[in-house]
Amino acid sequence: MEYSPTEMMIVAAARALAGVRTVFVGVGPPNIACNLARRTVAPELELVYESGVFGARPARMPLSIGDPALVSGATLVCSQADLFGLYLQGGRLEVALLAGAQVDRFGNLNTTAIGDYAHPRVRLPGSGGACEIAINVGRVFLMMPLSRRSFVERLDFLTSPGHLGGKGERAALGMPGRGPERVITDRCLLGFEDGEMVLERLHPGVSLEEVQAAVGWELRLSPHLGVTEPPTDEELRILREELDPQGIYRR
Amino acid sequence: MKVMSMRQAIATYVHDGDTVAIEGFTACISFAAGHEIIRQGRRDLVLCRMTPDLLYDQMVAAGCARKLVFSYLGNPGVGSLHAIRRAVEKGIPAPLELEEYSHFGMVGRYLAGAWRLPFFPLRSYLGSDMPRVNPRIRFLKSPYGEEEIAVVPPLNPDVAILHAQRADVHGNTQLWGLLGVQKEAAFAARHVIVVVEEIVDEEVIRADPNRTLIPGMIVDAVVCEPYGAHPSYVQGYYDRDNAFYLRWDEISRDEAGTRAWLEEWVYGLPDRAAYVEKMGREVWERLKPGEAWSGAVNYGAYR
Repeated sequence: MEYSPTEMMIVAAARALAGVRTVFVGVGPPNIACNLARRTVAPELELVYESGVFGARPARMPLSIGDPALVSGATLVCSQADLFGLYLQGGRLEVALLAGAQVDRFGNLNTTAIGDYAHPRVRLPGSGGACEIAINVGRVFLMMPLSRRSFVERLDFLTSPGHLGGKGERAALGMPGRGPERVITDRCLLGFEDGEMVLERLHPGVSLEEVQAAVGWELRLSPHLGVTEPPTDEELRILREELDPQGIYRR
Repeated sequence: MKVMSMRQAIATYVHDGDTVAIEGFTACISFAAGHEIIRQGRRDLVLCRMTPDLLYDQMVAAGCARKLVFSYLGNPGVGSLHAIRRAVEKGIPAPLELEEYSHFGMVGRYLAGAWRLPFFPLRSYLGSDMPRVNPRIRFLKSPYGEEEIAVVPPLNPDVAILHAQRADVHGNTQLWGLLGVQKEAAFAARHVIVVVEEIVDEEVIRADPNRTLIPGMIVDAVVCEPYGAHPSYVQGYYDRDNAFYLRWDEISRDEAGTRAWLEEWVYGLPDRAAYVEKMGREVWERLKPGEAWSGAVNYGAYR
């Protein structure tokens, strides 16, 4: 079956959640990837939302992280003080799947401003819960389309810490979480070595040159560079027919 | 008597220059209260909300605010808040100061306010640029070890305005669905206005005390305003009007369009009941959810 690069990204992000029990679901594309994972590779997955929902079983695809469909049928709904205090800072959440506007080679994220903070060229929404999620959750998976505007040599603003300047810097500051472990894009999959991004897999039909041209620094390559398995018919069927029949997330 | 009209509640408890928190995370945002504040022409407010949302975009466009305290500045799932951007970038209709935190930071500020603590410690902001642009985010060394921990100051609004499903005439308020920071904001504030879909008998509240989030003891005013949270939603009563959130992106792109909308839907109407009437039955039918009742529990009768 034919598929779009965005569909490949969503499917790859869902597969990355195989075996995970609790995922903190970020704003935007992570929402659909986590819901796909629960219907495919991770049926036991508990979806956790910063709005205060644990174990969501949404009957319709939630349009926002505060959608009423997340509440009906959930395991538990709590205050945001409990969500951030007991669940996140309490170390109960295994993985967070987050999107970002800008990322650097160490997985540091900017969701605040493009350009100068006081006089931004583009004002982005800001942290939301991302800063504390990036610090406290066990492992962070990032999900964002590959482009030179997003994968930059230097962030305009560091909203949420990844590996900061490299290996060991998180631990030195006493951060409980291990930080970014994977980056899932519409062209490739990346991992981290010594705190720096490493290209591990190209999506089918994507060239190394194409990927390097969309990244603002010289990318480290894994010695075992491979190719991603394309989406199966079943993954695409669930995505298109059950989760996003209107194509809002797949554009 | 705490039950009063929105006009009376705003006239009594919201003054020029006040620090105001109209909370509600995606759900239960009291647009009815915000619109009445606009109609009464309040100025120089410090508006606090984790997610300013369309409501504060409208209040900023109407010139009510001098400062925004927040943690996520956007039209969720849609894009920017254009009126707030115009105020920040061009001073239209008035300059707007920003004080920015993360979500946990805002939650911690309300908690410290509610618990009457001098600050709230949290594991956030390490390695982030946020403390660099907001000097009120600081770091302390733990008195029990070597660890550095971020702290944020208490937030004690002059008034908190919270929407919920129901309350009795004393202000004992029951809320279900997303709880947000409604309780913490209420206990942090000097005055509390609760806005509800229904006023119910005290017996209804007493039949299910675990669902009571805000006690009447801390409530100054109870306003009954059906559909008062539209275009946000109230669990079990009406869905979020996502179509309006999308439309606001168009309406608010230029100043004239924004003003025309405020004229038609806020200044041009006397109150929320007129808004509900003008919106029309089709909208309320479209937003009506199906039913999913909770099971009843036995609290037991002990004599």
